[in-house]
Amino acid sequence: MSAVAADIQTAPAAPAQGYWRAVTSRLLRDKLTVACALVILGLILMAVFAPWIAPDDPLKSSIFKRLQPIGAPGFPLGSDELGRDMLSRLIFGARLSLVMGIVPVLCALGIGGLLGITAGFMGGRTNTAIMRTIDVFYAFPSVLLAVAISGALGAGVLNAILSLTIVFIPPIARVAESVTTQVRSLDYVEAARASGAGSFAIIRVHILGNVMGPVFVYATSLLSVCMILAAGLSFLGLGTKPPLPEWGLMLNTLRTAIFQNPWVAALPGLMIFLVSFCFNLMSDGVRAAMDVTR
Amino acid sequence: MTLLAVNGLRKHFPLKKGLLGRGGGTVHAVDDISFDLTEGETLGVVGESGCGKSTTARLLVRLIEPDEGQIKLEGRAVGTAMPLAEARSKMQMVFQDSFASLNPRLTVEDSIAFGPVVHGLPRPRARERARGLLARVGLEPARFANRYPHELSGGQRQRVNIARALALQPRIVILDEAVSALDKSIEAQVLNLLLDLKAEFKLTYIFISHDLNVVRYMSDRVMVMYLGKIAEIGPSESVFAGTHHPYTRALFAAMPSMDPDRRTQQPPLIGDPPNPINPPPGCRFKGRCAHAEDICGRGDIALTTAGAAHRVACLIAQPGSGHSSAPARAA
Repeated sequence: MSAVAADIQTAPAAPAQGYWRAVTSRLLRDKLTVACALVILGLILMAVFAPWIAPDDPLKSSIFKRLQPIGAPGFPLGSDELGRDMLSRLIFGARLSLVMGIVPVLCALGIGGLLGITAGFMGGRTNTAIMRTIDVFYAFPSVLLAVAISGALGAGVLNAILSLTIVFIPPIARVAESVTTQVRSLDYVEAARASGAGSFAIIRVHILGNVMGPVFVYATSLLSVCMILAAGLSFLGLGTKPPLPEWGLMLNTLRTAIFQNPWVAALPGLMIFLVSFCFNLMSDGVRAAMDVTR
Repeated sequence: MTLLAVNGLRKHFPLKKGLLGRGGGTVHAVDDISFDLTEGETLGVVGESGCGKSTTARLLVRLIEPDEGQIKLEGRAVGTAMPLAEARSKMQMVFQDSFASLNPRLTVEDSIAFGPVVHGLPRPRARERARGLLARVGLEPARFANRYPHELSGGQRQRVNIARALALQPRIVILDEAVSALDKSIEAQVLNLLLDLKAEFKLTYIFISHDLNVVRYMSDRVMVMYLGKIAEIGPSESVFAGTHHPYTRALFAAMPSMDPDRRTQQPPLIGDPPNPINPPPGCRFKGRCAHAEDICGRGDIALTTAGAAHRVACLIAQPGSGHSSAPARAA
């Protein structure tokens, strides 16, 4: 079989490594993405270990020490309008803010992904039924939809998460549907069907792996939007209820102090900005790392 | 022995027009095709692009549902007497695009083992079979089994696709332009591999290609298609003699010759094939045929026998058909 040997020699000398290993190694070489991931990781750790890190009780108020400036004794980042320690409140606020930024996107990823893949794989009438229903939700701007649902359900963390989940299902479902439709018509899916495989096996082995990547990247780009929307809901009084620390709500209550103590009032906004900025850069990095497959 | 019998296979694709109606006409992709496939032979299928070659292949493995027609495998009607899953394991397909036909997220080994696993073979045994097949198609399992498609060359990928098709131990392999995208040198290797595999596993091939030289090299019998219909079908030598159907003649005249003295300057065929949307009645080739007469447009033209096992859909070959060039009806 000398002919075969010749063919093998013309092969590229690519090292035998998996797709995800290649993506990971490419990600690790991207310094900016790694830095952003570290910031997010740090914030998550901060949220988890808040009771041990925070110097003070975030709910303890003091009438006499209201609106202390940054660096005041006992208040490294100042105090808010009720004299609570800003640093502690920012640290504890990360808990609710991150949960409200991440959980809705995860839920929407599950539900929207399922709907989109089903619609894309089945095609025809099923597709029309699912996608047109989803288009109804698209008719409303996302902020308005979130506010309307939250308003109808009443204030509260769980209701805010629920309304944000509903807001993010349509875009994720649409991306999942379009990617699935593309993948479904590829020859390897045809070949799998020709080998007598059922729909379930085809979706599990051939569709999911190729669809979830791009959908996941898209979902990470929604994290920052979700953070901001959640903060917005709290700002409007539809998310967290006082006195719980949450960045959006803190921004709202400190609003009145913006002329007395602008730096302290801006701190929660700065945190929201930092997190959404890191989420965005990270999703860009992941997208770039996954693009270079071929 | 007849392994596969295709009878009256038809597929029309309706075109959508506007928001609701289906008034846009229909594409007659495959129109009343019947042929038999004998065990152990290679049937070459040739024709211009858009003539229905690939649609026919997809209809055979039921990737597309036919509108009409019956497919009998081993004498049992597919879909009724023979379950679809069983028929699919006996008829496998190799596609043209070696990259698109492999899942980029699966190792070569897992891609080949997928079919057997789906049919109930335990995973370790399916992997074993995959490795055996990899070795058989000339890819050393130790080096290639755990690679991903993007780490292989086009020729290697197509070898993997062939191994994948063989993993279900099929009787018929449909090669849909399977070597068309490969370099000439690699193409020859893969063709020889296909011939070896055919002998070893007692396979029957349906070999679809637009490359007439390759079809001639591979095929025992050749089927010429034009606009969804069979123009001519018969033994390879007899069809390649090109004496029966004017379309076949034109098609073979378009083959580039290796002999400079025999090179033609004239285009053998003028114009594009007519639109397959609502084609006119009668012979579909008549618009481009030098021998077309009024009678060619009157009705459907049946395949008529023109020599041993050779059938042609042309009035000229049909004695007593009324065409001026046709021989008189035998008494």
